[in-house]
Amino acid sequence: MKAVIIGSSIMAVAVGLGVYTWQTTNAAADPCGNTTVAGAAIGGPFELVSETGETVTDRNVITKPTLVYFGYTFCPDVCPIDTMRNAIAADILAEQGVDIGTVFISVDPERDTPEVVGHFTDNFHDEMIGLTGSPEQVRAASQAYKTYYRAVEGDPEFYLVDHSTQTYLMFPETGFATFFRRDTPAEQVAEITACFAGRAA
Amino acid sequence: MKTLYMAGLALLGLATTAAAESAISVADARAFETAPTAMAGGGFLAITNTGTSDDTLVAVLADFPRVELHTTEFENDVARMIHLDAIPIPAGETVALEPGGMHVMFMGLQGNPLTEGETINATLVFEQAGDVPVTFEIVKRDMAGHGHSHNH
Ligand SMILES: [Cu+2]
Repeated sequence: MKAVIIGSSIMAVAVGLGVYTWQTTNAAADPCGNTTVAGAAIGGPFELVSETGETVTDRNVITKPTLVYFGYTFCPDVCPIDTMRNAIAADILAEQGVDIGTVFISVDPERDTPEVVGHFTDNFHDEMIGLTGSPEQVRAASQAYKTYYRAVEGDPEFYLVDHSTQTYLMFPETGFATFFRRDTPAEQVAEITACFAGRAA
Repeated sequence: MKTLYMAGLALLGLATTAAAESAISVADARAFETAPTAMAGGGFLAITNTGTSDDTLVAVLADFPRVELHTTEFENDVARMIHLDAIPIPAGETVALEPGGMHVMFMGLQGNPLTEGETINATLVFEQAGDVPVTFEIVKRDMAGHGHSHNH
């Protein structure tokens, strides 16, 4: 383990270390065909910065069933694949008349300016919302969603960031519904999301 | 990840009297287009060692501030991108750098995003075969296998 937590500007979130244990011990079969978690306190209020530089909260962002992913734009392989998967799921659902949102929250606030996350998300879906924020805002949002991230020390410009890859399905009133691992295909994400959306309607 | 290369094996059988040597061929070299303000991009390709001795990819040279070989490891749903010093290319085998696995990481794109239709000229540096030129075609990100067209 060469990575070391560094200064306050590139902060690390350690809460995610327990997420896997938590997911596997609390997972239960859901009628919508995905594992879910009973009474899990995932999500909740956050304050972040939008693509246009405005401060936004979860109430502004999650106005319909929404897929929420935490990543960073310096990531050339995993984040784009997962983000594209979510964008395709949204398109599949749109064709079926189910309107959902997609959100990408940066865990690399040092490099991911509002403009950078805006361009990144535009590359995948016209309506995808990209969020970043101060290191403190991003850390608080990540903690609320129980995701893990850590910037690897040693390179001020080209550093890499370890991060959780699950996508959360959130609803405006009821909050967390379920999560998707990165190996879940877009079709399955769409199908399960439609099931939850149908129940909520 | 590593695919046995049958033609390579056949060659191996025929070339028993020849001195062991490395012969590298590359295929399917591509990089995905990036957003205008992207800072990094990924390159992917398949490398085949048609020779009779093992070889090792030790570097990729290209006109970017930093180019590295990377892989991504996953543990408990956490992705961890890792710098590789070298990628072994055994005799007679094809090693694929594919999305979700290994990639060539082009870093420091600032202001020069990867644009569809353009190319990246690079040099692969092998321990045995030496320098092997390669051209990465910049393409739109495909989601092969998803069977869903993504139009805007
Ligand atoms: Cu990389």
